[in-house]
Amino acid sequence: MSQLIQDTPLIVAGRRFASRLLVGTGKYRDFDETAAAIEASGADVVTFAVRRTNLGQNPGEPNLLDAVPPSRYTLLPNTAGCYTAKDAVRTCKLARELLDGHNLVKLEVLGDEKTLYPNVVETLAAAETLVNDGFDVMVYTSDDPIVAKELEKRGCCAVMPLGSLIGSGNGLLNPATLALILEHADVPVLVDAGIGTASDAALAMEMGCDGVLMNSAIAHARHPVMMANAMRKAIEAGREAFLAERMPRRASASPSSPFAGRING
Amino acid sequence: MQIQLNGEPHPLDGEPTLVQLVDSLGLTGRRVAIEVNEEIVPRSQHAQTRLNDGDRVEIVHAIGGG
Repeated sequence: MSQLIQDTPLIVAGRRFASRLLVGTGKYRDFDETAAAIEASGADVVTFAVRRTNLGQNPGEPNLLDAVPPSRYTLLPNTAGCYTAKDAVRTCKLARELLDGHNLVKLEVLGDEKTLYPNVVETLAAAETLVNDGFDVMVYTSDDPIVAKELEKRGCCAVMPLGSLIGSGNGLLNPATLALILEHADVPVLVDAGIGTASDAALAMEMGCDGVLMNSAIAHARHPVMMANAMRKAIEAGREAFLAERMPRRASASPSSPFAGRING
Repeated sequence: MQIQLNGEPHPLDGEPTLVQLVDSLGLTGRRVAIEVNEEIVPRSQHAQTRLNDGDRVEIVHAIGGG
């Protein structure tokens, strides 16, 4: 056991997190399933969306923040559904008010409804405004290493490129560009979007990502709580494999059993 | 008078404060955030903030999302 490398926690904007798996709260059947899946995932950071309150309907209806209490989790409000920098900034300010001044946000500014691909022009503008207003900005972006660096220059505390389209479950479609982002980043890099199953998450961690954020891969599994548990293990396994530094790939075979002493020798 | 509340016309008697509006909606004690004319109104100012005719009010809360 003495050969185990002691891992460092994930540190984002000075906040320390034991788990490198971050999870969303959308698409679950109900808040009981949400709470059970998040508990099984072991996540410390939990994302949610900000929406207009339904007025005049079920004033006693359960609240997401009862299932995912801010006293237990670090809540990460997102700007999902925003297509302009202005709307994203407004949403972040509402979220900060909602959470009594908590200033960590997930910025995402989308380009269109079909792809939910990030609009990087609006994202860059929003990032600058939010950082100047005192927000700690974890930013969803394309897997473009130049854009990732520009977001970092604007003060974002974590860069979160997509693995593939939001909710697609297609995994890491361009590991080569993700590797370029990792090579040049000076802030944590987390894959956000596209994870489909445990091996996708493990691969991201093996490549050296600092964490993975996912929602649909857990919530839309047939058994979300079991998948949340699988994701927890995949993130840990991938992280340890990264720290252990994998063997080199080679074109030819190399026997694991010694040649000497064979009975046909 | 009438305000725009979460994008819909909403008639009001007098010029209520945000505390009174929240109460009339059955939302007292709920964790919500309020914006009036695209400016956040901190919870600490809800009691002093009176609404005016034509104000655009947004009341939001946390929901599931990723």
